[in-house]
Amino acid sequence: MADINNLIVYCEYEDGKVADISLELLTKGRSLATKLGVKLEALVLGDKLEGIENQLFPYGADVVYKVEDSRLYPYTSQPHASVVINLFKEIKPQVCLMGASSIGRDLGPRVSSSLHSGLTADCTSLEIGDHTDAKTGKEYHNLLYQIRPAFGGNIVATIVNPDCRPQMATVREGVMKKEIFDANYKGEVINLEPEKYIDPASFVVKIIDRHIEKSKINIKNASIIVAGGYGVGSKENFDLLFQLADTLGAEVGASRAAVDAGFTEHERQIGQTGVTVHPKLYIACGISGQIQHIAGMQDSSIIISINNDPNAPINAIADYVITGDIEDVLPKLIKYYKKNSK
Amino acid sequence: MSLNIVVLAKQVPDTRNVGKDAMKEDGTINRSALPAIFNPEDLNALEQALQLKETNPGSKITILTMGPPRAAEIIREALYRGADTGIVLTDRAFAGADTLATSYALSAAIRHIKDFDIIIGGRQAIDGDTAQVGPQVAEKLGLPQVTYAEEVKIENGKATIKRRLESGVETVEAPLPLVVTVNGSATPCRPRNARLLQKYKYAVTPSEKATLAPEKAKLVETREYLNLYEWSAAEVNADPEQIGLAGSPTKVKGIVNVVFQAKESKRIAGKDDAAIEDLVKDLIANHTIG
Repeated sequence: MADINNLIVYCEYEDGKVADISLELLTKGRSLATKLGVKLEALVLGDKLEGIENQLFPYGADVVYKVEDSRLYPYTSQPHASVVINLFKEIKPQVCLMGASSIGRDLGPRVSSSLHSGLTADCTSLEIGDHTDAKTGKEYHNLLYQIRPAFGGNIVATIVNPDCRPQMATVREGVMKKEIFDANYKGEVINLEPEKYIDPASFVVKIIDRHIEKSKINIKNASIIVAGGYGVGSKENFDLLFQLADTLGAEVGASRAAVDAGFTEHERQIGQTGVTVHPKLYIACGISGQIQHIAGMQDSSIIISINNDPNAPINAIADYVITGDIEDVLPKLIKYYKKNSK
Repeated sequence: MSLNIVVLAKQVPDTRNVGKDAMKEDGTINRSALPAIFNPEDLNALEQALQLKETNPGSKITILTMGPPRAAEIIREALYRGADTGIVLTDRAFAGADTLATSYALSAAIRHIKDFDIIIGGRQAIDGDTAQVGPQVAEKLGLPQVTYAEEVKIENGKATIKRRLESGVETVEAPLPLVVTVNGSATPCRPRNARLLQKYKYAVTPSEKATLAPEKAKLVETREYLNLYEWSAAEVNADPEQIGLAGSPTKVKGIVNVVFQAKESKRIAGKDDAAIEDLVKDLIANHTIG
């Protein structure tokens, strides 16, 4: 029997603006809901939600649930979880998507544990498909295929939740495309009574101090990225990457190994557990090319690999391979760029 | 105030260093070729526990790990750094567990421990990177959770925790008991202590003890602190329907090895200045840069 229940996206917002990750999930959710023949729903919790639906409808939301209560902003785990759990018990969505953000990765597991529904973290692709249980031979139609890299990115696994609902998945920011579905699209707004959904006993963790910093680092949308790996060797050598980036108007990125080694900030990490990027030029410096890194940058238009190891795995996907030392090659790139650009 | 601290830790294959020799001929990973390590963020969690023990004299740190019997290795690693004892939650019936079934089993074991004030684990394990087990354990135990922690302090029965989020920093106050997951950006774990290394060299689980030479086994018997615990599903009263494959809502439908489409690359020697200049000129000409 076809599942007629809807697909819901938990939406995050800050300063009155819906987060990009949530709009990306609505875009994906729209196409999945259409495929399933069900409605796309959005859920927003917080205070000052007036008019927030106008940011959601253009992405194809058919229903916007709003729970407005000053205690729901800023986000805290248990109050938000209590609302989502109570609402889901009532409306029984078949699919729920959340951002793999510090909110979604905190909320999703708590909700899934309470509802005993499966949850797949950090999906890189979501599709609809059928499934036959290998043991029982039972057939399932139109399940959510939750596709994600596993084992450090060395394999890609397709996960399904055959029997439990909702089928839950989180997706990292930048993995899915954000696209207006119809600028004039209009759906229904449902204002939910906070008292009916919030567990009053859930307000136990108190935020006593909060500093939200707009990240100055914007590698997600950079058109040129100079990225460094463990092979850069030191924090000091990373300065060379910043010099090249300054010259080219680029952002500096890093592999997980370089971040773990303390060469640069975590915000610059590119890969499966960092940011996914698709610049027009990616200059990989001293990056060997662990699969989990390649997963986050393989869609770059042009890839230059600079490495003193001619057999570095990343070279296989590079358009240009410069075999040499970072300290030697980067200053030359800067020199020849300055000489030839006018 | 002395605290009963439970540290959740996992022994994981070192997926960050999958070298060529770890790949089989058919392109699959030879898991046995990967070294088994203490999950890195669980070490950050252990450090927070050790600091809490220092500031709250009389506190006790118990390591809880679920895995095969050999996972006792990471308990010893923790003892060498200052933990007090440990439990390996091990049973074939736990095999095939997804994060939910894992959380259920761990929460059953924590209930079995009975006395606990704070449960601390790493944010996520490097073999799955899901970050789900901490919050799910909290939910199963009906406890509050604080994730992405960087610094945990406890005074007068209340925890003050600094959280590192994508968008900034947050400080929260929470009552005990509580589940906390610690970020990799927190203080790294202190190294092994030579004295503790000597003290706990023969700390073993019952199944390990059975393989020891008789005189060593006798030594273990005379020193209580050398006896680690090994708990089965039955021991922690776990419902068979909620553990292992049966207790896992998610199923792996299929797995494919990642093979990237190789491109034909143009090779340039780092010493070849003319070729590097030509490349820069090309990139300017086709408006990639400049």
